[in-house]
Amino acid sequence: MDTTQSQHTNRQYEEDLRELRAGLIKMGGLVESQIAEAVGALVHRDSEKAREIIAGDAEVNRMDVECDQRCLNLLALHQPAAGDLRFITTGLKITTDLERIGDNAVNICERALELNLEPQLKPYIDIPRMAEVAQSMVKDSIDAFMRDDTELAQEVIDRDDVVDDLQHQIYRELLSYMAEDPRTIGCATRILFVSKYLERIADHATNIAEMVVFMVKGKNIKHMDKSKRQR
Amino acid sequence: MPDKLVTKNLSAFFGKVRGIRAIDLNFPANLVTAIIGPSGCGKSTLVRCLNRMHEVVPGAHAEGQVLLDGEDIYAPGVDAVQVRRRIGMVFQKPTPFPSMSIEENVAAGLKLNGVGLKASERDEIVERSLRQAALWEEVKDRLRKPGNSLSGGQQQRLCVARALAVKPEVLLMDEPCSALDPISTARIEELLLELKADYTIIIVTHNMQQAARTADYTAFMYTGDLIEFGETRQIFTNPARRETEDYITGRFG
Amino acid sequence: MSGAVAAYQYRKLKSNVMMGVTVAATVVTLVPLFLVLGYLLFKGASSLNLNFFIHLPRPVGESGGGMGNAILGTLQIVGIAGLVGVPIGIGAGLYLAEHRRTALANAVRFAADVMMGVPSIVVGIFAYAVVVRPMGGFSALAGAVALAVIMVPLVTRTTEEMILLVPHELREASLALGIPRWRTSLSVIVRTALAGIATGVILAFARVAGETAPLLFTAFANRYWSTSLRQPIATLTVQVYTYAISPFQDWQRQAWAGALVLTGLVLALELGVRWVTGGAAKTAR
Repeated sequence: MDTTQSQHTNRQYEEDLRELRAGLIKMGGLVESQIAEAVGALVHRDSEKAREIIAGDAEVNRMDVECDQRCLNLLALHQPAAGDLRFITTGLKITTDLERIGDNAVNICERALELNLEPQLKPYIDIPRMAEVAQSMVKDSIDAFMRDDTELAQEVIDRDDVVDDLQHQIYRELLSYMAEDPRTIGCATRILFVSKYLERIADHATNIAEMVVFMVKGKNIKHMDKSKRQR
Repeated sequence: MPDKLVTKNLSAFFGKVRGIRAIDLNFPANLVTAIIGPSGCGKSTLVRCLNRMHEVVPGAHAEGQVLLDGEDIYAPGVDAVQVRRRIGMVFQKPTPFPSMSIEENVAAGLKLNGVGLKASERDEIVERSLRQAALWEEVKDRLRKPGNSLSGGQQQRLCVARALAVKPEVLLMDEPCSALDPISTARIEELLLELKADYTIIIVTHNMQQAARTADYTAFMYTGDLIEFGETRQIFTNPARRETEDYITGRFG
Repeated sequence: MSGAVAAYQYRKLKSNVMMGVTVAATVVTLVPLFLVLGYLLFKGASSLNLNFFIHLPRPVGESGGGMGNAILGTLQIVGIAGLVGVPIGIGAGLYLAEHRRTALANAVRFAADVMMGVPSIVVGIFAYAVVVRPMGGFSALAGAVALAVIMVPLVTRTTEEMILLVPHELREASLALGIPRWRTSLSVIVRTALAGIATGVILAFARVAGETAPLLFTAFANRYWSTSLRQPIATLTVQVYTYAISPFQDWQRQAWAGALVLTGLVLALELGVRWVTGGAAKTAR
């Protein structure tokens, strides 16, 4: 929404919309840090931290429910239309994606806890790299939402390919490990799962970015392949 | 979808004061078009130009063209009375003729136009019109009772039946539900869905949600100008003009 | 709290006092009405019999006789005045209501208002100059003309007021049906205002039925039955006047009876108004 736009005559409405927006941004920030810490817990083999993150998911879930309720109230009480309507329906979807991202961070921590019980298989190189991209995607998609920035959103969508490529790379590498030495299968599959979770996180960030484009432009670009999407 | 009614460069004046300015609007046939906008934006004035009711006000006149099936109703030599038989109107305040019974009211448009009707023909037309207005079941046993023995919502449907009895091609409705309670309003809105099969309907409303509920196309007006016109669902999800967006989202500045 | 109670008592007292004052005023207003009616009944009822209504006056000194011709005369003159005055009045009233601000409308409205204030004796003199002199004598026609001149402004103004009371939305609704302007005026507007217009007409009749002064110089009087327009004619009001100031007791007695009949006629017309508007109140809710 253009910040130079005039205010709603109904002040309660204006206030409620602002609260929703703030809530979503806060949830995005929390989820971002969950990812960073989860990967940190994995790479530094910090089980304590992993358990903290898992507990922290409760807050993410709480915020999810709260944002859902806010959106529902807005729809029921204010009959939103046009830009406001797109914003609120975007909000409903974003909160779901963010919550899923939070769950994926928890999954990473759970695998970390299991991996920490066994010696490290190999130094983590690609995982952190993948995590960095995924994390930046989440951060940028939230930023794009905050600033109605469709260009940034488009960039996030494009970056998903990088994550997918990294994931394939990790998969091949781990396959070769497992083929060579079947005793590594336990660890390797767990690391594989982690890469999958990170790929999922990136997908959710992509969803958020697509919703931002819809919110700003009124065009639904979900599920469109690259050639059909226009900037 | 062909256009039933088209305005070209239509302006309307009250004496020297301009009410609406150079309106170009196409009303598609057999669909409901809503005209929305804040008070004083000219929506009622516009609609009253469509059946030449605007000029009934002393000192008022219109310029430009209004084409009904391609023919200009403002062309010199065109009889305004004939135009009004093809383009009917229902007003904000239900106005059954108080000196007449329900069936006399419905038949008034025909009887007072000198259309000679046998009693059986008249009864048939009265029944058909009342059915179209979804009022038949409620009044069929008291057709002789006076027109204003009905409730507000029923009176308005009686006015609709009266307008339909003349068999117009277009039905104009100027805030028809403003004076009615929600249930009566819902009944009339339901009516619009049924009527559009046979008529082209143009409804002026200050209730945006009513336009969203009932209209296929919506026009937004502001201080005498036409700001935007398009499919209702597009106007309400992604309007093209900032003024439209502001009005629809409640940013009345 | 007792302050509030005291204030209440004071208000109540004030209310009762005002109520008492208004009731007293009402009673004071009604007293003359009942006194007059009562006295009329007392003095006149005994003289009312069939003879009164069907007999001609007897020569001076003879008892008996009635005012039959005067009653008939009043009915005739008032009837003819109405025949002429009512359509003109309604037509003018309709015109004034439809064309509110034209120069002609303003002139007509002003003229009507002035006419309503002109004393009826002046109208009589006017009719004398315009009808009696050229015709060479008194006549029922002259009387009818005088009464018509009094009726027209009354009917015009009440018709205009009644038509203006019809909501303009009704006119719009009618025009929007494609009903032409003239038909709208007649069949919708006038029809809706009909009860009110009828009231105005009846009241005008009641007014002129009681006029005496203009008839003195126009219809004058007649001792016999008459249906001719060119002859003078007896009217109830003039007859009552003539008999009342006479020195003959018999005639005075009959004057009371005549006054009672006149009052009864006006009362009947007023009741007619109630009946008409009662019906109207049911249709025009």
